[in-house]
Amino acid sequence: MSVKLTTRQVGDVTVIDAAGRITLGEGSSVFRDSIRDLSAAGNKKILLNLGEVTYIDSSGIGELVSAFTTVTNHGGSLKLLNLTKRVQDLLQITKLFTVFEVHDDEATAIRSFA
Amino acid sequence: MADNDRGAPPSVDTSLDSTLDSVDNAEELVLQIAGQAGVHEDDMHKIGMAVREAMVNAVVHGNRYNANKRVRLTVGVDAGRLTIRIADQGEGFDMSMLPDPLAEENLLRQSGRGILLIRAFVDRFHVRRLEPSGTEVTLVKYLSQSA
Repeated sequence: MSVKLTTRQVGDVTVIDAAGRITLGEGSSVFRDSIRDLSAAGNKKILLNLGEVTYIDSSGIGELVSAFTTVTNHGGSLKLLNLTKRVQDLLQITKLFTVFEVHDDEATAIRSFA
Repeated sequence: MADNDRGAPPSVDTSLDSTLDSVDNAEELVLQIAGQAGVHEDDMHKIGMAVREAMVNAVVHGNRYNANKRVRLTVGVDAGRLTIRIADQGEGFDMSMLPDPLAEENLLRQSGRGILLIRAFVDRFHVRRLEPSGTEVTLVKYLSQSA
């Protein structure tokens, strides 16, 4: 299954619930387009929930980085929520834990944007 | 997948198209063999990812999706190790010229992490230039270290 993205609004924070695979091909392009559209529409506080993401490859990691820079360049901030152990390991290996703000509780994550 | 009458471990030697479907197929083939070799589930995921990254490099960066170029995949289990070889017919690359994805100035680059992940997920990784053209990467996972 390619990635499925569901967007919801919690106050002024846009939460994206991602499920499935973010890998080279359709999965990464769907992800890229969604982030670009949200940023272009003026959403500046984006929380990306990766709890149901089953697989991310290096291309998917690249899309996370690209999303981060896209949102940041639009004057916003993108944070990550509910990383699986495997995704945590990937961020550790790639040193991207130093780049992303990561939360494991949605309410805390939402408050952190204030 | 080959398997002989004496119960020798299965092996694969196959030629794949330069497409993203081949990436999925290669991962599936290798994981079938790894599963039969008794590789632990956590290591299965690591092997699958390493194969995926190596196949993407072969298809995308090596053969550049060229329909006239093939990717050769060989997999075998021997002497307590799973050995995977992936060879493309591209122009090759110089490992020493690849930017370090862990360098501060490269952390926000969109690409360039594939080989880092392969190195993290297998026990041995070797790159060999083929003549007249192409690159072969060898990935080894020691089965005794699967736990």
